[in-house]
Amino acid sequence: MTGKSKSYALHLCLIALLAAAFFILPQYHVGVLSRVMVLAVYAMGYNMLFGYTGLLSLGHALFFAAGMYGFGLSVQQGGLPTGLALLIGLATAFTVSLVVGFLALRTKEVAFMIVTLMFAQAGYLTVLYFGSITRGDEGFVINTAKRALFGVDLSDETARFWAALLLFSVTLLAMAALVKSSFGRALIAVRENEERAMMLGYDTHRLKYVAVLLSGTLAGIGGMAYALLFGYVGATFASVQYSIFPLLWVLLGGAGTTIGPLLGVLFMYYLIDISSSFTDAYMLVAGVALLILCLFAPQGLAGELRKRVFPWLP
Amino acid sequence: MAAMTLLETRALTKTFGGIKANTNVDFLLPEGQTMALIGPNGAGKSTFVGMLCGRIPATSGQVFFEGKDISALPAHKRIALGIAYTFQITSVFANLPVRENVALAVRRDGSRTEAQVMDRVDHVLDRVGLLDRADQVAGDLSYGHQRILEIAMGLGQDPKLFILDEPTQGLAESEVTEFVDLINDLKGSTTILLIEHNMDVVMRTAEAITVLNFGEILANGTPQQIQNNPAVQAAYLGTSHAED
Amino acid sequence: MEFGPHLILASLEGAVTAAILSLTAIGLSIVFGVMRVVNVAHGEFFMLGAVFAWYISQFLGTHPALGFVAAILIAPLLVGTLAAGLDRLILQRIDYNPERTIVATIGILYILQQGTLMTFGPDARPVAPPFNQVIAIPWFEFTDAGFEIYWPWGLGITSYKLFIIFAAAVVLAGVWLLMTRTKFGLIMRATQQDRETAQAFGVPVDKVFAYVFGLGAALAAVGAVLVVPVQQAHYLMGFDPLLLSFIVVIIGGLGSLPGTVIAAVLIGMTDGIISVFFSPTLAKIIATLAVAMVLVFRPRGLMGK
Repeated sequence: MTGKSKSYALHLCLIALLAAAFFILPQYHVGVLSRVMVLAVYAMGYNMLFGYTGLLSLGHALFFAAGMYGFGLSVQQGGLPTGLALLIGLATAFTVSLVVGFLALRTKEVAFMIVTLMFAQAGYLTVLYFGSITRGDEGFVINTAKRALFGVDLSDETARFWAALLLFSVTLLAMAALVKSSFGRALIAVRENEERAMMLGYDTHRLKYVAVLLSGTLAGIGGMAYALLFGYVGATFASVQYSIFPLLWVLLGGAGTTIGPLLGVLFMYYLIDISSSFTDAYMLVAGVALLILCLFAPQGLAGELRKRVFPWLP
Repeated sequence: MAAMTLLETRALTKTFGGIKANTNVDFLLPEGQTMALIGPNGAGKSTFVGMLCGRIPATSGQVFFEGKDISALPAHKRIALGIAYTFQITSVFANLPVRENVALAVRRDGSRTEAQVMDRVDHVLDRVGLLDRADQVAGDLSYGHQRILEIAMGLGQDPKLFILDEPTQGLAESEVTEFVDLINDLKGSTTILLIEHNMDVVMRTAEAITVLNFGEILANGTPQQIQNNPAVQAAYLGTSHAED
Repeated sequence: MEFGPHLILASLEGAVTAAILSLTAIGLSIVFGVMRVVNVAHGEFFMLGAVFAWYISQFLGTHPALGFVAAILIAPLLVGTLAAGLDRLILQRIDYNPERTIVATIGILYILQQGTLMTFGPDARPVAPPFNQVIAIPWFEFTDAGFEIYWPWGLGITSYKLFIIFAAAVVLAGVWLLMTRTKFGLIMRATQQDRETAQAFGVPVDKVFAYVFGLGAALAAVGAVLVVPVQQAHYLMGFDPLLLSFIVVIIGGLGSLPGTVIAAVLIGMTDGIISVFFSPTLAKIIATLAVAMVLVFRPRGLMGK
């Protein structure tokens, strides 16, 4: 098999495996998997910018929260129909990406990290400031009646799983196609050597801007899906914690790999889940795990796999 | 009929914080010519070509390409017009395979299907003799091969103007010979501007020579004219004294 | 008119914030300047300084001044040693790769935070200031009787807060002397200029880095020991100083010490002044966006060329 058909097979296998998990795993883990898949969509959005374009953002919670609040506020506080509210969430995430990308891309490297961090922090504080509408840290719950789409009740555990799997699969396949496309390869060129890419005639600024737009909007879709499927919107999701999570997931799973984000979320989720069952200090365990991975598997799980076993891994 | 002018500069000037790197450079490059740009160290050659392809913004003056004023265009747009530039300090995509390095150059204009891109890449790699290393990671190549890869990336762009900034620097003797053959092979199909220290390479490739000294054009003409020019000899002798 | 005295009070509060911020940010700036790494755990070293100060003052338990003096001597030393150890144990092994350093320091952040939560607990704990007289803010007016000074609003600042400003200035002067007048400073600057050349000239770069990392953390700890009598020690107190220090270091121009101090004063003062007149949240939003805009339009910082 060629690398291309192998990667095609890999992605379909992964999706089949996740689908099979629904029938094999106990209900608790099916629930976990739904959550992991939605967060993996967020992580894939982050990976597009960090893993493939080489831009390290510390403010992606802003995009996640833009989708989440754009949808959540308009459906719950504004009373709009679910479909329309989803479109508003999408538009919000896109607009925020448009503005943040325009401004933040004027900076580079550490300054880019800090500027994105600042914008996200301002977003978080804005959510708190308008506490009378957003309910701040406490957050708000979206009525079960509002969490239906095309007549499917998405608060139901089964429907939620399949919806999450559908969203995850579409995103995964789109990412796989994207990174093999000439656009995706140009992004990799920007990551590897921006000046050389420019001197080959690539409009590197435009490439980076499009990457921010796609990445931010995808993160927003993740936020929206989270609100829709799990029915809760809160300021935690806009906090710096949620900007650092996707960085960790992607680094753990393997930056610049298609399956890395899912592996990273899965690993981190179960790490915290398992360790919190025998100790309160799950953050301690997470910290130690980070250090160990950082010292011994710097390419992340999928990256190490690619380096040692499957060089064709996309 | 005289050959059309491909590239022209008018009063091109660059100052770095009061220090003049280039002063009022008026330069003409006819289409199809292979021209060498020579001059002592610090004469402003790299700054000059940097301004041609837009890497370095000019302080004043204009650049014309195919009769159009491109002074205000950013680097990537100038490149897209048909200028290729190889870096003085090797700059390849070190973590990507050799094939992908050239493919990025070929693919940019978007006119080819991926299969056509790969055909073209193989053709270019074959031409420079890197085809058997196509699947290696570029960073693993020897220095000489990386320099050749740079040239292959330039060829992959199908440039109208090919600017090579000190391409033979650090190459072994046999590689230099291969390079000279390659340039002579390209002659006629593209216009070449070659910055070069190695006078032997210049004499074996160039049809015309421009000499820069202290950021100004000191002389231009055929290789014979330049060789016999007393001002050029003085400039070279002068700086070699200063370097000692 | 109430505006005048409030402004004075705000400026003094701002100066206290600025003083603490300068110390913390200088620590981050030195580490970034010399080692070219972003230390995300910097705020946790600040937090540890405060927590150690509480333990030390509890342990001694006699007069608050004794506890304070002991804390300001011992806590930074402990924190600095810990940081230097972490540098050798972790950062050196990943060769200060920028991205991996960020992940590693996030890992350190989690460990320090959780470790503190498990030992020190979730409560905020106060440390008594060594002295604490209230100094009222005077106001003056030209009346028919001539020039008059009076204390009409009962607004005041404590002597300890003035001491913070003074102590921070002394420490900063010390850092400046260390950087410019000592052999260690020279070695640090040489390493900052060109790591390879310094190494070639026999500078033990690994050792210098460990010291620099320790020094950076110790400076944050000094800031924290100074601030605990005003702001209680808490295991989550590290985030705000981290964020503000980042801002200050960037605005001041990366790795520039005078720029860092000027930016710290600027940010500390505006933060203090804005928050007196607006809701703290709104003040923070405005300040955060303002900083982001400065970075966007003056990416080399206000002092950069």
